[in-house]
Amino acid sequence: MNKIPGYRRVCPGTQPPHRHPPYVSSLKRAPREPLVALPHTLSEITGPAFGPDIADPKACDLTRQHSGEPLGERIIVSGRVLDENSRPVPHTLIEIWQANAAGRYLHSSDRHNAPLDPNFTGCGHTLTDSEGRYRFVTIRPGEYPWGNHHNAWRPAHIHFSLFGPAFATRLVTQMYFQGDPLIPYDPIFNCTEDEEARNRLISQFDWETTIPSLALGHRFDIVLSGREGTPMETRMHGEKP
Amino acid sequence: MTLRATTWQTVGPFFSIGFSWLYRDNLAAPGVSGERLEIAGRILDGEGNPVPDGIVEIWQANSQGKYAHAHDPQAKPVEEGFTGYGRVPTDDTGCFRFTTIKPGRVSGPDEKLQAPHLAVSVFTRGLLRRLITRIYFPEEPSNAEDFALNLVEEGRRETLVAKKIAGRPGVLEWNVILQGPGETVFFDV
Repeated sequence: MNKIPGYRRVCPGTQPPHRHPPYVSSLKRAPREPLVALPHTLSEITGPAFGPDIADPKACDLTRQHSGEPLGERIIVSGRVLDENSRPVPHTLIEIWQANAAGRYLHSSDRHNAPLDPNFTGCGHTLTDSEGRYRFVTIRPGEYPWGNHHNAWRPAHIHFSLFGPAFATRLVTQMYFQGDPLIPYDPIFNCTEDEEARNRLISQFDWETTIPSLALGHRFDIVLSGREGTPMETRMHGEKP
Repeated sequence: MTLRATTWQTVGPFFSIGFSWLYRDNLAAPGVSGERLEIAGRILDGEGNPVPDGIVEIWQANSQGKYAHAHDPQAKPVEEGFTGYGRVPTDDTGCFRFTTIKPGRVSGPDEKLQAPHLAVSVFTRGLLRRLITRIYFPEEPSNAEDFALNLVEEGRRETLVAKKIAGRPGVLEWNVILQGPGETVFFDV
Protein backbone atom coordinates (compact mmCIF):
# COMPACT_ATOMS: atom_id res chain seq x y z
CA MET A 1 0.00 0.00 0.00
CA ASN A 2 1.28 3.43 -0.91
CA LYS A 3 4.43 2.19 -2.58
CA ILE A 4 3.41 4.51 -5.37
CA PRO A 5 5.59 7.36 -6.59
CA GLY A 6 4.26 10.88 -6.12
CA TYR A 7 4.61 13.59 -8.72
CA ARG A 8 7.62 15.84 -9.14
CA ARG A 9 7.63 19.04 -7.16
CA VAL A 10 7.96 22.43 -8.85
CA CYS A 11 11.38 23.21 -10.25
CA PRO A 12 12.40 26.53 -8.61
CA GLY A 13 11.89 29.58 -10.80
CA THR A 14 9.88 27.75 -13.43
CA GLN A 15 6.48 28.52 -11.91
CA PRO A 16 5.11 31.94 -10.95
CA PRO A 17 5.03 33.14 -7.36
CA HIS A 18 1.56 33.81 -5.99
CA ARG A 19 2.41 37.44 -5.34
CA HIS A 20 3.75 39.30 -8.37
CA PRO A 21 3.38 43.08 -7.82
CA PRO A 22 3.47 44.05 -11.52
CA TYR A 23 0.25 42.00 -11.86
CA VAL A 24 -1.80 44.26 -9.61
CA SER A 25 -4.67 41.82 -9.04
CA SER A 26 -2.27 39.46 -7.25
CA LEU A 27 -1.66 41.95 -4.43
CA LYS A 28 -4.94 41.43 -2.55
CA ARG A 29 -5.41 37.80 -3.51
CA ALA A 30 -2.05 36.10 -3.02
CA PRO A 31 -1.71 34.38 0.35
CA ARG A 32 0.80 35.90 2.77
CA GLU A 33 1.44 32.78 4.80
CA PRO A 34 3.90 30.26 3.40
CA LEU A 35 2.32 27.23 1.74
CA VAL A 36 2.40 24.02 3.77
CA ALA A 37 4.35 21.33 1.89
CA LEU A 38 2.07 18.33 1.47
CA PRO A 39 3.62 14.96 0.63
CA HIS A 40 1.60 13.28 -2.10
CA THR A 41 -0.98 10.78 -0.90
CA LEU A 42 -3.68 8.86 -2.69
CA SER A 43 -5.69 12.10 -2.80
CA GLU A 44 -3.02 13.86 -4.88
CA ILE A 45 -1.94 11.00 -7.16
CA THR A 46 -5.49 10.29 -8.25
CA GLY A 47 -7.70 12.83 -9.98
CA PRO A 48 -10.80 13.29 -12.09
CA ALA A 49 -10.86 10.84 -14.99
CA PHE A 50 -12.99 11.82 -17.95
CA GLY A 51 -14.04 9.16 -20.43
CA PRO A 52 -14.38 9.67 -24.18
CA ASP A 53 -18.05 10.59 -23.74
CA ILE A 54 -17.19 13.84 -21.99
CA ALA A 55 -15.95 15.54 -25.14
CA ASP A 56 -18.27 16.91 -27.78
CA PRO A 57 -16.47 16.11 -31.07
CA LYS A 58 -17.50 19.51 -32.44
CA ALA A 59 -15.94 21.36 -29.53
CA CYS A 60 -12.42 21.23 -31.00
CA ASP A 61 -13.40 23.45 -33.93
CA LEU A 62 -14.25 26.92 -32.64
CA THR A 63 -14.96 28.14 -36.17
CA ARG A 64 -17.97 25.82 -36.64
CA GLN A 65 -20.05 26.44 -33.56
CA HIS A 66 -22.47 28.83 -35.28
CA SER A 67 -24.31 29.15 -38.56
CA GLY A 68 -21.68 31.43 -40.08
CA GLU A 69 -17.90 31.70 -40.09
CA PRO A 70 -16.28 33.86 -37.40
CA LEU A 71 -14.31 36.92 -38.45
CA GLY A 72 -10.55 36.85 -38.28
CA GLU A 73 -7.63 34.70 -39.29
CA ARG A 74 -8.37 30.98 -39.07
CA ILE A 75 -5.58 29.05 -37.34
CA ILE A 76 -4.74 25.49 -36.35
CA VAL A 77 -3.41 25.14 -32.79
CA SER A 78 -1.95 21.72 -32.10
CA GLY A 79 0.72 19.98 -30.14
CA ARG A 80 1.49 17.20 -27.74
CA VAL A 81 0.94 16.83 -24.04
CA LEU A 82 3.89 15.09 -22.39
CA ASP A 83 4.87 14.55 -18.78
CA GLU A 84 8.24 15.51 -17.31
CA ASN A 85 9.49 12.01 -18.08
CA SER A 86 8.77 12.65 -21.79
CA ARG A 87 5.87 10.23 -21.79
CA PRO A 88 2.77 11.23 -23.73
CA VAL A 89 -0.31 12.01 -21.64
CA PRO A 90 -3.10 10.19 -23.51
CA HIS A 91 -6.86 10.79 -23.35
CA THR A 92 -6.64 13.82 -21.09
CA LEU A 93 -9.07 16.71 -21.22
CA ILE A 94 -7.95 20.10 -22.58
CA GLU A 95 -10.20 23.16 -22.37
CA ILE A 96 -9.47 26.44 -24.13
CA TRP A 97 -11.05 29.89 -24.10
CA GLN A 98 -10.11 33.11 -25.83
CA ALA A 99 -11.09 36.55 -27.11
CA ASN A 100 -12.43 36.98 -30.63
CA ALA A 101 -10.46 38.50 -33.50
CA ALA A 102 -11.26 42.01 -32.24
CA GLY A 103 -9.94 41.25 -28.75
CA ARG A 104 -13.33 40.89 -27.05
CA TYR A 105 -14.51 38.02 -24.86
CA LEU A 106 -18.10 36.83 -24.88
CA HIS A 107 -18.37 37.66 -21.18
CA SER A 108 -20.56 40.18 -19.38
CA SER A 109 -17.57 41.62 -17.50
CA ASP A 110 -15.61 42.41 -20.66
CA ARG A 111 -16.13 46.14 -21.23
CA HIS A 112 -13.63 46.54 -24.04
CA ASN A 113 -15.12 48.69 -26.77
CA ALA A 114 -14.68 46.14 -29.53
CA PRO A 115 -17.41 44.21 -31.33
CA LEU A 116 -18.68 40.79 -30.37
CA ASP A 117 -18.81 38.28 -33.18
CA PRO A 118 -22.15 36.46 -33.41
CA ASN A 119 -20.32 33.52 -34.98
CA PHE A 120 -17.69 33.11 -32.30
CA THR A 121 -18.10 31.95 -28.72
CA GLY A 122 -14.41 31.47 -28.00
CA CYS A 123 -14.34 28.24 -26.04
CA GLY A 124 -13.65 24.63 -26.82
CA HIS A 125 -12.39 21.35 -25.48
CA THR A 126 -10.93 18.09 -26.65
CA LEU A 127 -9.20 14.95 -25.40
CA THR A 128 -5.64 14.12 -26.34
CA ASP A 129 -5.27 10.99 -28.46
CA SER A 130 -3.35 7.87 -27.46
CA GLU A 131 -0.05 9.66 -28.29
CA GLY A 132 -0.92 12.78 -26.29
CA ARG A 133 -1.70 14.83 -29.40
CA TYR A 134 -4.41 17.46 -29.60
CA ARG A 135 -5.67 19.84 -32.27
CA PHE A 136 -7.99 22.84 -32.28
CA VAL A 137 -9.25 24.95 -35.17
CA THR A 138 -9.94 28.51 -34.11
CA ILE A 139 -9.25 32.11 -35.07
CA ARG A 140 -6.30 34.17 -33.97
CA PRO A 141 -7.45 36.15 -30.91
CA GLY A 142 -6.99 39.92 -30.87
CA GLU A 143 -4.86 41.86 -28.40
CA TYR A 144 -6.86 43.96 -25.96
CA PRO A 145 -6.35 46.71 -23.36
CA TRP A 146 -6.77 46.06 -19.64
CA GLY A 147 -6.70 48.15 -16.50
CA ASN A 148 -3.55 46.85 -14.84
CA HIS A 149 -1.53 50.02 -15.49
CA HIS A 150 -1.44 52.96 -17.89
CA ASN A 151 -1.64 51.83 -21.51
CA ALA A 152 -1.67 48.16 -20.56
CA TRP A 153 -2.37 45.69 -23.39
CA ARG A 154 -2.52 41.93 -23.24
CA PRO A 155 -0.65 40.15 -26.02
CA ALA A 156 -2.78 37.77 -28.10
CA HIS A 157 -3.25 34.59 -26.12
CA ILE A 158 -5.36 31.48 -25.72
CA HIS A 159 -6.13 30.11 -22.24
CA PHE A 160 -5.50 26.39 -21.72
CA SER A 161 -6.76 24.16 -18.89
CA LEU A 162 -5.52 20.57 -18.50
CA PHE A 163 -6.18 17.85 -15.96
CA GLY A 164 -3.59 15.16 -16.60
CA PRO A 165 -3.78 11.89 -14.68
CA ALA A 166 -3.88 13.24 -11.12
CA PHE A 167 -5.02 16.05 -8.85
CA ALA A 168 -1.33 17.01 -8.69
CA THR A 169 -1.01 17.42 -12.47
CA ARG A 170 -3.66 20.10 -13.02
CA LEU A 171 -2.44 22.97 -15.18
CA VAL A 172 -3.96 26.25 -16.32
CA THR A 173 -1.81 28.34 -18.61
CA GLN A 174 -1.86 30.71 -21.59
CA MET A 175 -0.45 30.23 -25.07
CA TYR A 176 1.11 33.19 -26.86
CA PHE A 177 2.10 33.83 -30.50
CA GLN A 178 5.60 34.00 -31.90
CA GLY A 179 6.69 37.56 -32.67
CA ASP A 180 3.93 39.33 -30.73
CA PRO A 181 5.49 42.73 -29.86
CA LEU A 182 3.43 43.02 -26.65
CA ILE A 183 4.91 39.93 -24.97
CA PRO A 184 7.93 41.64 -23.36
CA TYR A 185 5.64 44.18 -21.69
CA ASP A 186 3.06 41.77 -20.29
CA PRO A 187 3.20 41.32 -16.49
CA ILE A 188 1.32 38.04 -16.70
CA PHE A 189 3.67 36.50 -19.26
CA ASN A 190 6.62 37.82 -17.26
CA CYS A 191 5.48 36.46 -13.89
CA THR A 192 7.80 33.46 -14.16
CA GLU A 193 11.44 34.12 -13.37
CA ASP A 194 12.96 31.45 -15.60
CA GLU A 195 13.26 32.80 -19.16
CA GLU A 196 13.27 29.39 -20.81
CA ALA A 197 10.12 28.40 -18.93
CA ARG A 198 8.43 31.66 -19.97
CA ASN A 199 9.38 31.26 -23.59
CA ARG A 200 7.84 27.82 -23.75
CA LEU A 201 4.47 29.58 -23.48
CA ILE A 202 5.04 31.00 -26.97
CA SER A 203 3.68 28.78 -29.71
CA GLN A 204 5.76 28.23 -32.83
CA PHE A 205 4.61 28.68 -36.40
CA ASP A 206 4.38 25.21 -37.95
CA TRP A 207 4.41 24.38 -41.67
CA GLU A 208 3.49 20.76 -40.99
CA THR A 209 0.09 21.58 -39.60
CA THR A 210 -0.54 24.54 -41.90
CA ILE A 211 -3.35 23.73 -44.33
CA PRO A 212 -2.82 25.21 -47.82
CA SER A 213 -5.30 27.95 -48.71
CA LEU A 214 -7.03 27.54 -45.34
CA ALA A 215 -5.13 28.11 -42.09
CA LEU A 216 -1.67 28.65 -40.60
CA GLY A 217 -0.52 26.15 -38.02
CA HIS A 218 0.81 27.02 -34.56
CA ARG A 219 2.42 24.36 -32.42
CA PHE A 220 2.13 24.43 -28.63
CA ASP A 221 3.51 21.50 -26.69
CA ILE A 222 2.59 21.21 -23.04
CA VAL A 223 4.39 19.43 -20.21
CA LEU A 224 2.57 18.22 -17.10
CA SER A 225 4.18 17.19 -13.85
CA GLY A 226 5.59 13.64 -14.07
CA ARG A 227 5.90 10.78 -11.61
CA GLU A 228 8.92 10.56 -9.37
CA GLY A 229 10.91 7.37 -9.15
CA THR A 230 11.03 7.55 -5.38
CA PRO A 231 8.20 5.78 -3.59
CA MET A 232 5.90 8.13 -1.69
CA GLU A 233 6.43 6.37 1.59
CA THR A 234 10.19 6.87 1.46
CA ARG A 235 9.75 10.58 0.91
CA MET A 236 7.23 10.85 3.68
CA HIS A 237 9.71 9.52 6.17
CA GLY A 238 12.19 12.12 4.97
CA GLU A 239 14.70 9.47 4.07
CA LYS A 240 17.09 9.95 1.22
CA PRO A 241 16.29 7.66 -1.69
CA MET B 1 14.95 12.89 -20.84
CA THR B 2 13.56 15.06 -18.08
CA LEU B 3 11.36 17.93 -19.15
CA ARG B 4 10.04 20.68 -16.93
CA ALA B 5 6.35 21.26 -16.41
CA THR B 6 4.81 24.12 -18.35
CA THR B 7 4.52 27.29 -16.31
CA TRP B 8 1.13 28.28 -14.87
CA GLN B 9 -0.71 31.43 -15.89
CA THR B 10 -3.74 33.03 -14.29
CA VAL B 11 -7.24 31.95 -15.33
CA GLY B 12 -7.95 35.67 -15.76
CA PRO B 13 -11.40 37.23 -15.34
CA PHE B 14 -13.20 35.50 -18.21
CA PHE B 15 -12.61 31.82 -17.46
CA SER B 16 -16.32 31.10 -17.10
CA ILE B 17 -16.69 30.97 -20.87
CA GLY B 18 -14.23 28.09 -20.92
CA PHE B 19 -15.21 26.38 -17.66
CA SER B 20 -19.00 26.62 -17.47
CA TRP B 21 -19.70 23.60 -19.71
CA LEU B 22 -18.22 21.39 -16.98
CA TYR B 23 -19.79 22.96 -13.90
CA ARG B 24 -20.78 20.19 -11.46
CA ASP B 25 -22.47 21.43 -8.31
CA ASN B 26 -23.95 18.08 -7.35
CA LEU B 27 -21.36 15.33 -6.99
CA ALA B 28 -23.81 12.80 -5.62
CA ALA B 29 -26.50 11.64 -8.02
CA PRO B 30 -29.63 10.12 -6.48
CA GLY B 31 -28.84 6.69 -5.08
CA VAL B 32 -25.18 7.40 -4.32
CA SER B 33 -24.45 6.14 -0.83
CA GLY B 34 -23.22 8.29 2.00
CA GLU B 35 -24.19 11.20 4.18
CA ARG B 36 -25.46 13.91 1.87
CA LEU B 37 -24.20 17.41 2.61
CA GLU B 38 -24.32 20.86 1.11
CA ILE B 39 -21.12 22.82 1.48
CA ALA B 40 -21.44 26.57 1.03
CA GLY B 41 -19.06 29.43 1.52
CA ARG B 42 -17.43 32.53 0.13
CA ILE B 43 -14.08 33.45 -1.32
CA LEU B 44 -12.80 36.69 0.21
CA ASP B 45 -9.72 38.75 -0.67
CA GLY B 46 -7.19 40.43 1.62
CA GLU B 47 -9.57 43.30 2.32
CA GLY B 48 -12.52 41.05 3.08
CA ASN B 49 -14.14 41.79 -0.24
CA PRO B 50 -15.95 38.98 -2.03
CA VAL B 51 -14.26 37.45 -5.05
CA PRO B 52 -16.92 37.23 -7.77
CA ASP B 53 -14.56 35.76 -10.36
CA GLY B 54 -13.47 32.61 -8.60
CA ILE B 55 -13.93 28.92 -9.09
CA VAL B 56 -13.64 25.95 -6.77
CA GLU B 57 -12.83 22.45 -7.97
CA ILE B 58 -13.35 19.41 -5.77
CA TRP B 59 -11.81 15.96 -5.90
CA GLN B 60 -12.95 13.34 -3.42
CA ALA B 61 -13.36 9.66 -2.64
CA ASN B 62 -16.71 7.91 -2.31
CA SER B 63 -18.35 7.04 1.00
CA GLN B 64 -16.18 3.92 1.26
CA GLY B 65 -12.98 5.95 0.90
CA LYS B 66 -12.28 4.82 -2.67
CA TYR B 67 -11.28 7.12 -5.53
CA ALA B 68 -12.84 6.51 -8.94
CA HIS B 69 -9.37 6.29 -10.46
CA ALA B 70 -7.16 3.53 -11.83
CA HIS B 71 -4.26 4.48 -9.53
CA ASP B 72 -6.22 3.83 -6.33
CA PRO B 73 -4.95 0.39 -5.25
CA GLN B 74 -7.26 0.05 -2.23
CA ALA B 75 -9.44 -3.06 -2.27
CA LYS B 76 -12.68 -1.13 -1.97
CA PRO B 77 -15.59 -0.74 -4.39
CA VAL B 78 -16.01 2.18 -6.78
CA GLU B 79 -19.59 3.33 -7.03
CA GLU B 80 -21.51 3.62 -10.27
CA GLY B 81 -22.43 7.22 -10.95
CA PHE B 82 -19.92 8.76 -8.57
CA THR B 83 -16.90 10.40 -10.18
CA GLY B 84 -15.76 12.52 -7.22
CA TYR B 85 -15.28 15.63 -9.34
CA GLY B 86 -16.99 18.97 -8.78
CA ARG B 87 -16.56 22.46 -10.20
CA VAL B 88 -18.48 25.51 -9.01
CA PRO B 89 -18.08 29.24 -9.67
CA THR B 90 -18.56 32.05 -7.20
CA ASP B 91 -21.46 34.44 -7.72
CA ASP B 92 -21.46 38.24 -7.51
CA THR B 93 -21.25 38.03 -3.71
CA GLY B 94 -18.31 35.62 -3.75
CA CYS B 95 -20.51 32.67 -2.74
CA PHE B 96 -20.21 29.11 -3.99
CA ARG B 97 -22.10 25.98 -3.00
CA PHE B 98 -22.17 22.33 -3.93
CA THR B 99 -23.83 19.14 -2.79
CA THR B 100 -21.92 15.96 -2.16
CA ILE B 101 -21.53 13.03 0.21
CA LYS B 102 -19.06 12.84 3.06
CA PRO B 103 -16.19 10.71 1.77
CA GLY B 104 -14.81 7.72 3.63
CA ARG B 105 -11.26 7.55 4.90
CA VAL B 106 -8.56 6.86 2.31
CA SER B 107 -5.15 5.41 3.01
CA GLY B 108 -2.35 7.77 3.92
CA PRO B 109 1.27 7.52 4.91
CA ASP B 110 2.43 4.78 7.28
CA GLU B 111 -0.61 2.59 6.49
CA LYS B 112 -2.71 5.01 8.53
CA LEU B 113 -6.00 6.22 7.20
CA GLN B 114 -6.49 9.91 6.51
CA ALA B 115 -9.49 11.71 7.97
CA PRO B 116 -12.36 12.26 5.52
CA HIS B 117 -11.49 15.21 3.31
CA LEU B 118 -12.05 16.86 -0.06
CA ALA B 119 -9.08 17.99 -2.12
CA VAL B 120 -9.79 21.51 -3.37
CA SER B 121 -8.34 23.79 -6.04
CA VAL B 122 -9.16 27.51 -5.99
CA PHE B 123 -8.76 29.60 -9.13
CA THR B 124 -9.44 33.35 -9.42
CA ARG B 125 -8.33 36.30 -11.45
CA GLY B 126 -5.23 37.58 -9.68
CA LEU B 127 -3.96 34.11 -8.80
CA LEU B 128 -1.09 33.20 -11.07
CA ARG B 129 -1.40 29.57 -9.98
CA ARG B 130 -4.24 27.69 -8.36
CA LEU B 131 -4.36 27.52 -4.58
CA ILE B 132 -4.63 24.02 -3.15
CA THR B 133 -6.41 23.30 0.09
CA ARG B 134 -8.57 20.66 1.77
CA ILE B 135 -11.99 20.57 3.39
CA TYR B 136 -12.32 18.42 6.53
CA PHE B 137 -15.50 17.69 8.45
CA PRO B 138 -16.68 18.91 11.86
CA GLU B 139 -17.03 16.60 14.86
CA GLU B 140 -14.87 14.01 13.12
CA PRO B 141 -12.68 12.22 15.68
CA SER B 142 -10.14 11.10 13.05
CA ASN B 143 -9.21 14.74 12.35
CA ALA B 144 -6.97 14.59 15.44
CA GLU B 145 -4.76 11.93 13.85
CA ASP B 146 -4.83 13.16 10.25
CA PHE B 147 -1.30 13.55 8.94
CA ALA B 148 -2.04 16.57 6.74
CA LEU B 149 -3.88 18.48 9.47
CA ASN B 150 -0.95 17.74 11.74
CA LEU B 151 1.43 19.39 9.27
CA VAL B 152 -0.40 22.64 9.96
CA GLU B 153 0.20 24.80 13.02
CA GLU B 154 -2.60 24.23 15.48
CA GLY B 155 -4.05 27.73 15.39
CA ARG B 156 -4.65 27.56 11.63
CA ARG B 157 -6.11 24.05 11.33
CA GLU B 158 -9.66 25.28 11.80
CA THR B 159 -9.48 27.04 8.42
CA LEU B 160 -9.55 23.58 6.86
CA VAL B 161 -12.57 22.29 8.80
CA ALA B 162 -16.09 23.07 7.58
CA LYS B 163 -18.51 24.33 10.23
CA LYS B 164 -22.04 23.32 11.07
CA ILE B 165 -24.65 26.04 10.67
CA ALA B 166 -27.17 26.40 13.48
CA GLY B 167 -30.67 25.54 12.35
CA ARG B 168 -29.55 24.19 8.98
CA PRO B 169 -28.91 20.47 9.29
CA GLY B 170 -27.02 18.97 6.37
CA VAL B 171 -25.39 22.28 5.45
CA LEU B 172 -21.76 23.08 6.22
CA GLU B 173 -19.99 26.40 5.86
CA TRP B 174 -16.43 26.60 4.59
CA ASN B 175 -14.86 29.87 3.46
CA VAL B 176 -11.72 30.66 1.52
CA ILE B 177 -9.84 33.63 2.97
CA LEU B 178 -7.18 34.30 0.37
CA GLN B 179 -5.07 36.65 2.49
CA GLY B 180 -4.77 38.28 5.90
CA PRO B 181 -6.43 37.50 9.24
CA GLY B 182 -7.93 34.01 9.22
CA GLU B 183 -6.09 33.20 5.99
CA THR B 184 -6.97 29.72 4.77
CA VAL B 185 -4.17 27.16 4.87
CA PHE B 186 -2.93 26.42 1.36
CA PHE B 187 -0.73 23.49 0.48
CA ASP B 188 2.27 23.14 -1.78
CA VAL B 189 1.49 19.97 -3.73
